Amino acid sequence: MEDTDSIIIDTATRIFQDLGAPRTILNARDESWKQALWDTLEEAGLTQAWTPDDLGGAGADIADGFDVLRVAGEYAVSIPLAETLLAGWLLARADIVVPQGPMTVAPARRGERIELDADGALRGTARKIPFARDAGGIAVLARRGNDAVVALVDCADCAIAAGKNLAGDALDTVCFDGVIPQIVELAPDGIDEDALFQMGAAARTAQIAGGLRGILDMSVDYAQERVAFGRPIGKFQAVQHNLARLGGETAAAIAAVGAVADRLGRSASFDDQVLFEVAAAKTRVGEAAGEGAAIGHQVHGAIGFTDEHILHRYTMRLWSWREDFGSESVWAVRLGEMVAARGADALWPMVTAQ
Amino acid sequence: MASAIEFDPIRLPPEAEALRLEVRAFLDEQIAEGTFDPNTAPKTDGFSREFSRKLGAKGWIGMTWPKKYGGHERSFLERYVVTEELRAVAAPTRAHFTADRQSGPVLLKYAPEEIKLDVLPRITRGECCFCIGMSEPNTGSDLFAASARATKADGGWLLNGAKIWTTNAHHAEYMIGLFRTSPATTENRRHGLTQFLVDMKNTPGIAVNPIRFMNGMHDFNEVVFEDAFISDNHVLGEIDSAWKQATTELAYERSGPERFLETLYTLVELVRALGDRPDTRGAEGVGRLVAQLHTMRRMSVSVNGMLQAGKEPMLEGSIVKELGTNWEQALPGRVRELAAFIDEETGNRATLDDLLQHAILIAPKLTLQGGTTEILRGIVARGLGLR
Repeated sequence: MEDTDSIIIDTATRIFQDLGAPRTILNARDESWKQALWDTLEEAGLTQAWTPDDLGGAGADIADGFDVLRVAGEYAVSIPLAETLLAGWLLARADIVVPQGPMTVAPARRGERIELDADGALRGTARKIPFARDAGGIAVLARRGNDAVVALVDCADCAIAAGKNLAGDALDTVCFDGVIPQIVELAPDGIDEDALFQMGAAARTAQIAGGLRGILDMSVDYAQERVAFGRPIGKFQAVQHNLARLGGETAAAIAAVGAVADRLGRSASFDDQVLFEVAAAKTRVGEAAGEGAAIGHQVHGAIGFTDEHILHRYTMRLWSWREDFGSESVWAVRLGEMVAARGADALWPMVTAQ
Repeated sequence: MASAIEFDPIRLPPEAEALRLEVRAFLDEQIAEGTFDPNTAPKTDGFSREFSRKLGAKGWIGMTWPKKYGGHERSFLERYVVTEELRAVAAPTRAHFTADRQSGPVLLKYAPEEIKLDVLPRITRGECCFCIGMSEPNTGSDLFAASARATKADGGWLLNGAKIWTTNAHHAEYMIGLFRTSPATTENRRHGLTQFLVDMKNTPGIAVNPIRFMNGMHDFNEVVFEDAFISDNHVLGEIDSAWKQATTELAYERSGPERFLETLYTLVELVRALGDRPDTRGAEGVGRLVAQLHTMRRMSVSVNGMLQAGKEPMLEGSIVKELGTNWEQALPGRVRELAAFIDEETGNRATLDDLLQHAILIAPKLTLQGGTTEILRGIVARGLGLR
């Protein structure tokens, strides 16, 4: 496990350092870097980390996929990597061979339903679908009556209304009315919209944790380089304390993601323990995103607020990712309701069961 | 730099979970017998010689220590489980806890053999209370500025000066105290400090003066030394080189579950008061608090996994304490907000209010004891390469 972890992390890190460095991207005149980065990730098998070997994927452990997403978050790149991993995961649950190329998933919000009619056509609209217009295919969790099914849909067949998140990344509305999926398979027991949301939320926590690590690194570097009032600002205790707090928030996010990856890796189904772990992580990591972004900006001062600096690539994505698949408020309500239903005397046993 | 921060997702091993059930059964029994009452325990001084002896008889003090010295050679994670279960019900562990957590490990590492053989088994039997003599009047946590001194005398040392904020000095059999034995040098500001084992019951020249809290409780003391004689075999570690010893032992002190569970009872009572169908505001509030608690605990377990692996996780331990004590300090205020609209006639409302009042009054202390937030953030900053 140690060696595997290291190899995957090292591979991902090298690829992002070479092809996804924020400064390089910020200075780029066009978006050709995206194709180069994507092709390299795909060739290394990282885009299919959550797809089994026999369905077109890399067959890596679930935890390895989270490591890849954490590394990707450290570079805060705007590519549908998490979404493609999720699509691979979802299609694989229904034994559907996963196509190459960027993908995304739907639905992405609680309460939305996509129906599969008797004539084999989909019906329904899904909002806030990340990267829909950049993807080739969408892995859809739909309902045929009350049965959950997994469908592979070609993006070209859908009506996509462009939207964007705070960072300018695609966050589109997809209308599936009348679309005939390429493949439909029955979803296994326990794979439903909520399972997809939990996986999506967990993926975002990994990206946020990586983003926080990136902000911490650049903030520490900046504090040691920037001289004001005769010395590096990192020598002022107030700045040190802010960075220590940022270190604490980053540490909490890293620990939460580690716990979720571990829980998902050892669980056979989306049981209450998984829900507890995911809800706790999305809540706490979402809070860390807000705190960490604020501190990062405070340490960097005015330059960090400018377009020419790379900080905003991180902070705007953190503010966006904390919303996706349910904000920390949404997941906190779910966790709070779970705790309340079990009662006060079950609270401590619930916490210590993790 | 941040890659230096790691919190592996340690899960507690099966033997630790089996032990948890045993501890819970024991605690249920003690509560039923009236040994302590979780509903009122947080408001007491948490000091019970009787209870400490019972835990000692169970083998739950000095759990990780060698059997030769009365220990039980169990793992750090098993000790973690016992500690958190005791803390979760506010069991009265203060008579032995300091000795178990940090004084005992210091003796194990630095005391002469005859001291180990004499004192450690008394700790594990629950018969020995320790206090820590580090902070001084006018210097607080600034150990560099320590001025209480030990001067060489025939066969030992004479202690003079004072220590302050010394928890449980009025009960303690022993203190491990930090004293200046030589002036600091220009090359090494850390030079000249030595740790001593001080017999608080049998040493002439020691005066313990109570320092009362604003809520009326007595926990802290000032300890004044006037020509108190300590024999040579009570020196711990190397003369003049105690700095590393003192700062290293803080890693043990700073990462345990007691660093974020001090006010847990307010959250439990809040959940009870909100009932099984809270409104959205209540559900979100509880959900956030539980998410924060869970994450803190995952970090704390992880640090104890590092200790078990023989590491000295100074950075991670300080992060856990900084986040943990700030959390437990903020918790009563948050519970107060969430409880604001609960009917005052609700079943456990009186208990909640009673415990909440206590928690609000002790909250300021939680980020002061064992190193203030500012000290901890300084340590974290050093770990990030800024100092």
